[in-house]
Amino acid sequence: MTGKAPHLSLDLSKNEPAIELVGIDKKFGAVHANKNINLTVAKGSIHGIIGENGAGKSTLMSILYGFYQADQGEIRISGKPVTIRDSQAAIAAGIGMVHQHFMLVENFTVLENVMLGAEGGQLLRQGVSSARKELKRLEDDYGLDVDPDAVIEELPVGRQQRVEILKALYRGAEILILDEPTGVLTPAEADHLFKVLKVLRDQGKTIILITHKLREIMAITDTVSVMRRGEIVATRKTTETTVEELAELMVGRRVLLRVEKGDANPGKVLLSVKNLTVKDSRGVTMVDDVSFDVRAGEIVGIAGVAGNGQSELLEAIAGIRKPASGEILLDGKPTAGADPAELRELGLAHIPEDRHHMGLVLKFEEYENSILGYHRESRFGGAMLNLDEIRKQAEEQIAKYDIRPPNPRLKTANFSGGNQQKIVVAREIERNPDVLIIGQPTRGVDIGAIEFIHKRIIEMRDAGKAVLLVSVELDEIRSLSDRILVMFAGKVVGEQSGEANEQALGLMMAGIAA
Amino acid sequence: MSTASVPLPAWINYGLIPLLNLFLAFFFSGLVVWAIGESPFEALKLLLAGALGRGEGIGFTLFYATSFIFTGLSVAVAIHAGLFNIGSEGQAYLGGLGAALVALSLDRYVPWYVTMPFAIIGSALFGAACAAVPAWLQAKRGSHIVITTIMFNFIVSSLMNYILVRVLIVPGKMAPESRTFLEGGQLPKLDWLIGMFGGRLGAAPLNFSFLIALVMCFLVWLLIWRTKLGYEMRTLGHSPTAASYAGMRYARIVMITMLISGGLAGMMALNPVMGASARLQIEFVGGAGFVGIAVSLMGRNHPAGIILAALLFGVLYQGGAELSFDMPTITRDMIVVIQGLVILFAGALEYMLRPAIVRVYQQISGK
Amino acid sequence: MDYFDIFISILGSAIRLSIPLLFTALAGLFSERAGIFDIGLEGKILASAFASACAAYWTGNAWAGLATGIATSIVFSLVHGFASITNRGNQIVSGVALNFVAAGLTIVLGSAWFGQGGRTGQVPASGRFSGITLPGAEMMRDVPIIGPLYANVISGNNILTYIAFLMVPISWWILYRTRFGLRVRAVGENPGAVDTAGISVAWLRYRALIVAGFLCGFAGTYLSIAQSAAFINNMSAGKGYIALAALIFAKWKPVPVMLACLLFGFLDAFANFMQGKALPGIGEVPVQIFQALPYILTCVLLAGFIGVARPPKAGGVPYTKER
Repeated sequence: MTGKAPHLSLDLSKNEPAIELVGIDKKFGAVHANKNINLTVAKGSIHGIIGENGAGKSTLMSILYGFYQADQGEIRISGKPVTIRDSQAAIAAGIGMVHQHFMLVENFTVLENVMLGAEGGQLLRQGVSSARKELKRLEDDYGLDVDPDAVIEELPVGRQQRVEILKALYRGAEILILDEPTGVLTPAEADHLFKVLKVLRDQGKTIILITHKLREIMAITDTVSVMRRGEIVATRKTTETTVEELAELMVGRRVLLRVEKGDANPGKVLLSVKNLTVKDSRGVTMVDDVSFDVRAGEIVGIAGVAGNGQSELLEAIAGIRKPASGEILLDGKPTAGADPAELRELGLAHIPEDRHHMGLVLKFEEYENSILGYHRESRFGGAMLNLDEIRKQAEEQIAKYDIRPPNPRLKTANFSGGNQQKIVVAREIERNPDVLIIGQPTRGVDIGAIEFIHKRIIEMRDAGKAVLLVSVELDEIRSLSDRILVMFAGKVVGEQSGEANEQALGLMMAGIAA
Repeated sequence: MSTASVPLPAWINYGLIPLLNLFLAFFFSGLVVWAIGESPFEALKLLLAGALGRGEGIGFTLFYATSFIFTGLSVAVAIHAGLFNIGSEGQAYLGGLGAALVALSLDRYVPWYVTMPFAIIGSALFGAACAAVPAWLQAKRGSHIVITTIMFNFIVSSLMNYILVRVLIVPGKMAPESRTFLEGGQLPKLDWLIGMFGGRLGAAPLNFSFLIALVMCFLVWLLIWRTKLGYEMRTLGHSPTAASYAGMRYARIVMITMLISGGLAGMMALNPVMGASARLQIEFVGGAGFVGIAVSLMGRNHPAGIILAALLFGVLYQGGAELSFDMPTITRDMIVVIQGLVILFAGALEYMLRPAIVRVYQQISGK
Repeated sequence: MDYFDIFISILGSAIRLSIPLLFTALAGLFSERAGIFDIGLEGKILASAFASACAAYWTGNAWAGLATGIATSIVFSLVHGFASITNRGNQIVSGVALNFVAAGLTIVLGSAWFGQGGRTGQVPASGRFSGITLPGAEMMRDVPIIGPLYANVISGNNILTYIAFLMVPISWWILYRTRFGLRVRAVGENPGAVDTAGISVAWLRYRALIVAGFLCGFAGTYLSIAQSAAFINNMSAGKGYIALAALIFAKWKPVPVMLACLLFGFLDAFANFMQGKALPGIGEVPVQIFQALPYILTCVLLAGFIGVARPPKAGGVPYTKER
């Protein structure tokens, strides 16, 4: 598909569009992140921007917020061209951004965070009372209650997000940009957010919602643009399109939205977790007396919003974090105190949630990462590394998993997100483990690689391995799992079969008992 | 356009940019020289002549470089594991005690080549011991190793002061130093090496420890890039999270790395103590531990680079000594200034010139 | 001398010895709260001690000395800022480098200008900060307990000492009651939050470093022209590092910082007192133990046996927006 995005004719006769992007172009060295972007968003509407990771959405929003400068093109606010050189200029132009990773100072109160940058005077005392009043007004007008004196790190994530929104509104934002806002919310919190966004829209604010979740686009936006490889390839009225059409536009070809899989044939219990309690580094209980089993030949998915203990659960099973109490058994044998190296020898493999910092050493060459965690095996040498053997198996993995570019000497940082994940997946799966634990396998991975990775996971299950899958993507959990466990506030609050309906799961994820 | 993501060819990254950084360090040093009323160019000429002009000068240069190779390797090994060991000064000092104890015990009875391996072990052991406590504090208590190693430099200084003044001092003599080692406790000079190039060693104390240093370079290279321990060190240095994921035990790697690092620094003592003065003297390290930091950074923490950087500093030290004869206003401490500037430009300001160079490069290559 | 007199004498000495630590630790407080680790405090003390001694020697004016010392210290801070903020360099490498530059430069320039192997000339009385007798001190001297305390410990200090203690509440007020302080605390925890609020992270950090430089200037000046009458080679003797230890021990808060510095000062004073004196049962304690004591204590403190603290979250990491 080539050519410009077909322009939409909304009824703009009453107002100028809130924001227009004309010919925005941005390169990072050889990477052409944004190609000739033309976009018009009407005032008082919710416009969605959807695209895969690497499509250029974040770059575009960073340009709107002043983090980057476009190489070419113009931004118009209410018809007037503006230059946005830094975040101060963006704020002055009425643009407010709600970031995916909150820009909050965790040990400050809500009030201090909202006031930061708009303190109203050199001495804090001067601005505090008027800040409180204004904050109260905003909370009441838009339904965003939060205690101004609460400390951020003690608030649940949904409320922290409200503080982010309040910050933007406090500075007079007329245009709100939200970047992947529901990644950290329960379905109930996400619904509440959507209600708030609708109130904001009805009061004349303009909202740009960046997301990769097709369902959200359909649920709340008025219009949507699809980005692919740096360009806007289509703009539609949301009511005039479907999930399938958008998916195809995102990728450029027909996409299988559900993985094909046969029936499960579970055998004996290979992984058993009994009364496991795990605390985080601050001593807060994150996993609370959890018990479950995973059998050979089945995929158990753990659903839940991020932050309910799944990460700590994985870390405990992988030997990275010592549990406070309880037992973990691999094929009937307790693993108490075993470190990750010993667990690997016992047949456990771990695809971690954070591939950049945990699963890979980005500065290493690819072949060096292919043995991360397995370097002590005798076939890779004694005290000295057997480089020939290591490179050979790296090349085998590259071929089998279609890792591109197929160069084991290339620095891992130079591979794309999807290929980096394939390096990790290849390494862990090729060890032929008995138990495979996986966290967020397809986060930041392009659709083609997602399909590939999902197929490999199903293959593991069909080969009689026990697979434990943790993912915040409910669709991924539902399409891969044979059994689904839901975690909320550190506990397993429910179990469903893989065919479970989404509503039931959503309620459990929000802590509402079935 | 962002210049940070433009890749530059290796010769620019590893050749041009370090050379330019070095030039800047020298430029600012030259300003200091000029500020105290001397001609920087005269000074540079005298410096180079003093260091490389005669066989004796070269001998001294290589003698100093030997110490810097040891301390440079020490710092480099630690940096690969992500640890900044500022304590090589104290570790070398204590290593001297180890070497001296061996020499004093054996020099009457056996020839030098029997004493030598024990001395190597002794100096390495004592150097490692000095690094052990800071290592343990970092590994088990999370105490910042930069501060604890600096503290141990001071502690060892007091300790060695006590030992030299109260314990090892020769009865009846004033100087706080041990007795002179006999031939069995001395490392032979390398006059034949200089002779090979047609010069004469003269009074320069270039000795066998230079060859030991070169062997250590090879062994360190082997360790870091060819062994599993080295793989674990590098993983920890790049990403502690990945190291923990891979089952690499943090405390173990930190302890082993620092012990090796301390041991290498300890071996530095062989050069002055057994190879030059043949006795243990107060403050014999003379700043070599800190030069090791500059050498390691300039040499990009790689043994090959360390040898080159150590030679550079050897030239500076020897040239500086000759220079201070002819220009008394410029003392040896000028070298400390240059050292600081080199660390600044080659370390902290490493990428300062990069944007400008990228622009020039793009102009020239027409991209 | 009875025990009380000894106590008074040690207390007075403790306060005098704690002053350079106090100024330096407060300096470190500002820079670390803003997220910049400054291991170069040592070099700043040394450089400002030298600069102030030179200025005081040549002009005969102590305040000129102070101003020069402060200016020098700020220059070093700005270089550190240039390396770690603008060039995103490794903050520890930059600090270590500047310490070397200061150590070498003070001796090179000192030798060239004064010819005494690194010392400056003796600074005349007009160029020094001498003790100030507070009103009523002479009268009160004979009053039991309070008298000697007032006359010998509280009165009789030079003005920099009083300024040092004044800096504690001032620092507290700046950090917790002003806009600047709020932003400094924010930028050390989450620079992204500050950046997206439209505030320049770099400029804010530079300002914190300038404040730190300002305070360090007092520390160095105190060493050379208040506590002594000249600059002597390496007179900082590790105080910059000990101040860092005090800062960590005090969990980056102004009032605990003051108490920690007083503690170190007290131990130093006690060590000086014990020199040459025999302890019952042990005999004379070697002077080298006292020399090493502050450094050993620093290690003990850093071992965290006396409580572990949570440093500013974004400390030591350069702020980048690039992905």
